[in-house]
Amino acid sequence: MAAPSTSPSLPPSLADAVRDDASLRRFLHGLPGVDQVGVEQRAAGLGTRSIKKASKLWAIDAAIGMVDLTTLEGADTAGKVRSLCAKARRPDPDNPDVPRVAAVCVYPDMVATAKQELDGTGIQIASVATAFPSGRSTLKVKLEDTAFAVESGATEIDMVIDRGAFLSGRYGQVFDEIVQIKHACGDAHLKVILETGELATYDNVRRASWLALLAGGDFIKTSTGKVSPAATLPVTQVMLQAVRDWHTATGERRGVKPAGGIRSTKDAIKHLVAVHEVAGPEWLNPHLFRFGASTLLNDLLMQRRTQLAGHYSGPDYVTVD
Amino acid sequence: MSENRIGVAKTYKLYIGGAFPRSESGRSYPVSDAKGAFLANAAQGSRKDARDAVAAARKAFPGWSGATAYNRGQVLYRVAEVLEGRREQFAAEVAAAEGVALKKAQQLVDAAVDRWVWYAGWTDKVATVLGAANPVAGPYFSFSVPEPTGVVAVLAPQQSSLLGLVSAVAPVVATGNTAVVVASADRPLPAVTLSEVLATSDVPGGVVNVLTGRTEEIAPWLASHADVNALDLTGAPEALRAELERSAAGTVKRVLRPRPSEDYLREPDLGRLRAFVESKTVWHPVGT
Amino acid sequence: MWEYAPAPESRDIANLKPNYRMFVDGEFVEGGGEPLKSVNPGTGEVLAEVSTAAPADVDRAVKAARRAYDRVWGRMPGAERAKYIFRIARLIQERGRELAVLESLDNGKPIKESRDVDVPTAAAHFFYHAGWADKLGYAGYGPDPRPLGVAGQVIPWNFPLLMAAWKIAPALACGNTVVLKPAETTPLTALVLAEIIQQAELPPGVVNILPGAGDVGAAVVAHPDVDKVAFTGSTEVGKLIQRQLAGTGKKLTLELGGKAANIVFDDAPLDQAVEGIVNGIFFNQGHVCCAGSRLLVQESVAEELLDKLRTRVSTLRVGDPLDKNTDVGAINSAEQLARIQELTASGEAEGAQRWTSSCPLPDKGFYFAPTVFSNVSQAMRIAREEIFGPVLSVLTFRTPDEAVAKANNTPYGLSAGVWTEKGSRILWAAQKMRAGVVWANTFNRFDPTAPFGGYQESGFGREGGRTGLEAYLDV
Repeated sequence: MAAPSTSPSLPPSLADAVRDDASLRRFLHGLPGVDQVGVEQRAAGLGTRSIKKASKLWAIDAAIGMVDLTTLEGADTAGKVRSLCAKARRPDPDNPDVPRVAAVCVYPDMVATAKQELDGTGIQIASVATAFPSGRSTLKVKLEDTAFAVESGATEIDMVIDRGAFLSGRYGQVFDEIVQIKHACGDAHLKVILETGELATYDNVRRASWLALLAGGDFIKTSTGKVSPAATLPVTQVMLQAVRDWHTATGERRGVKPAGGIRSTKDAIKHLVAVHEVAGPEWLNPHLFRFGASTLLNDLLMQRRTQLAGHYSGPDYVTVD
Repeated sequence: MSENRIGVAKTYKLYIGGAFPRSESGRSYPVSDAKGAFLANAAQGSRKDARDAVAAARKAFPGWSGATAYNRGQVLYRVAEVLEGRREQFAAEVAAAEGVALKKAQQLVDAAVDRWVWYAGWTDKVATVLGAANPVAGPYFSFSVPEPTGVVAVLAPQQSSLLGLVSAVAPVVATGNTAVVVASADRPLPAVTLSEVLATSDVPGGVVNVLTGRTEEIAPWLASHADVNALDLTGAPEALRAELERSAAGTVKRVLRPRPSEDYLREPDLGRLRAFVESKTVWHPVGT
Repeated sequence: MWEYAPAPESRDIANLKPNYRMFVDGEFVEGGGEPLKSVNPGTGEVLAEVSTAAPADVDRAVKAARRAYDRVWGRMPGAERAKYIFRIARLIQERGRELAVLESLDNGKPIKESRDVDVPTAAAHFFYHAGWADKLGYAGYGPDPRPLGVAGQVIPWNFPLLMAAWKIAPALACGNTVVLKPAETTPLTALVLAEIIQQAELPPGVVNILPGAGDVGAAVVAHPDVDKVAFTGSTEVGKLIQRQLAGTGKKLTLELGGKAANIVFDDAPLDQAVEGIVNGIFFNQGHVCCAGSRLLVQESVAEELLDKLRTRVSTLRVGDPLDKNTDVGAINSAEQLARIQELTASGEAEGAQRWTSSCPLPDKGFYFAPTVFSNVSQAMRIAREEIFGPVLSVLTFRTPDEAVAKANNTPYGLSAGVWTEKGSRILWAAQKMRAGVVWANTFNRFDPTAPFGGYQESGFGREGGRTGLEAYLDV
């Protein structure tokens, strides 16, 4: 495990946790367990909130402003990225009052293209890095991947953790990697993808969340979108509890990003309800909560039109990208 | 030995907390056989003896209810073994008390021995038969188990001095309750002798406590005692039953009412085992 | 800030009528008693006028039930009884939304609870027991267990429809006929259930429903031709009934009060424990006999847990029972509200530390903000008496033995909770606690297959499961 000097500054109560491998392990395994049935029941309960009228419109606009509009395909081209950036700038050409999305998220080689399109708009340029999505490479490659994205203009880095190391209990290794990537990010914000679908249990999600927070991740993110299940409401809830507890312990607010699988306005609103009631209203803010999504945006736009027009809208009235 | 040897008469005492005290009141009362001939003086238990017996039963409850069912079964079987060894003595006492022929009395004693054996076998089956895994509609494991009610006051049958007594007491203790027994008022001697059997057959002190005396005097104190959880009215004088039930309501006691007629020679049903158990349902989520 | 817009369920769905009548011998008829006015506790307004039973009506209903028992229901093959009971289950499901809205109007409970708990569980009870009707010989009470006859049943106001289902379903399945008295403040859903029973074409007299106050209940219980009495309600009234039935030979089951302990060990899944504590005491405004009203928390995590708990309780939305986002509805009556206020005042006077959620309360109707008392000791009234409201008393402990000793230190024994991730400790605590239901790492779960009922002064007899059938069979 890395020497303390390279670790982020932590309050004394938490600094002990990252002193060495054994301390980190003790700390993570000392976290309260998560009861699966209980957490899923609470999530289902939050899902029954009935969000109507003005509160729904507010939620739709808030959600649009929290979208990391994403394309992560082998088939991505400069043309595709340019068109995505256009969509990010003006999600609904007929309704200029629609908020812009929070960020565009692309592979490192597409960052330069995105930067050209988004310079000066205030829309963040996020790039996945660290041998996304599997994370199966050397630290050296991962650091270079990150540096390349940052140098190309990324303002946010979405890294993946080494799930193999995590699942085999090598927490120190995962921690060190995050610390070093964070260092490589410079001023860019770091989102740490836990790939919760591979961690399998909520206990692991909670431990990985704390591990990422201790190592300095600005956001904890559920998934790459390449593994199913991706973001689920109970997983998001466990991560929201982690950032809330982190705030209680340190006074500092970190963000959460569910990604993958959130396609409908209904799902997005359920997540916002969870943000509101589990983490707190302060987290209803693109600085602290994002949706990693591609198709979600259009459903939000359609629902927005429905809310304002008083009748249902259709897919031909919103742009495909 | 001399043909004219003078017998040694037994002093019949109470059985409380594993000991054989006289009544704290110092009272005794004459007990006669069925033909009216004097048999012995029995201790005439009092309100305070009842109080002491309840305290002893409560003290014994955690240990007895916490013992394994297998262990309780062995203890009850041991009672049968020891009782078997004293068949002749019990037959004589039952014959004298109930006025039946010796042969009939032997049959009753044998049935009493067999009753202990029957209930000894029940201790570790009652949870299987009365308990359940509950197939609830959700991600939970739910199961129900019978647990002993607590301290049970047993008003033993007035007529059947041994077999009736055993038929009432054995099911109470088989499931882990402890008992305060008021023996048949006019036929108490087999109950006292049974106490000696209990005292010498691994039954922990206090699990069964036996009071002799006037049922109508002792029963109301047990019916109203807040630390008694249940009441078996089998031997309650008819005129007193409703009043005892009313008293029992003061702390919501479980009350077993006498059946219209009971042939103790027949194999019992589960009624007496069910009467003094509480069903406890436990839930736990199922998840990873 | 994000405010949720009101999302009220429409009260029209309840098909509320201005007048309701009692149900005797298959027909809705005027009762001879003084009509009562059922009040919407959410607003304090009168919902409807309900005719009540006079002593002569009780007699008529019992006679009708006796006739139905002797001539039809008691001798009907179980398989046929079953189909009638299945019909009731289906009709409850079909009219579920109507029943849910009506329940929330009449009782004050949040619509999400009447919709997601009360009504579906009521239907489930009928469905479950229907299946028993022709299988009683397998229930462990002998090859052909017989019904008792006419069952007189008196139910409380906290789960009006659900309690009616808990009572009626097993009675009918076992072949008994029923005279049921719903609570004075919440008679409406039981009378819609009567309509459902009519729609299911049950023979007249099999189920009779007599609204009224305590005197009607007392008359039902005391009627000489009633063979079995089942009561759910306060321990005080339960004792009166047990006393009243002394010497009559009537079979009795009682489901009474509670003061359940919810024990949280330091290795508990804390966030879910918080949910369980909230569910345990604020579900149904705490109007739950098995509510987890005493929180026993291990001292080493007490502060952390209480912080989390207060934060969570602050998010509870108190208000209009019909609003789909309401978490805590209205207190059922002005009288109950006064009792809660009196007991909380005693808690403060006895030195417990009070914390009350700052959530806004409606100006009309009967409401009480969720309240948590810390620094509570066993000797205080709020630790011993059933408050039956959204008020939690928090005590601490140091060792498992101390926790269990405190949990059991009550004349009640209905339910208990335990939170720990250590399996052996769960089973140990579940064994040691003198309570009829022990929820481990969960709370307030109910299912028709799982027997429910108390130890000690929480009553005797069980409802649900195979064990629950005993209450309605002559065994």
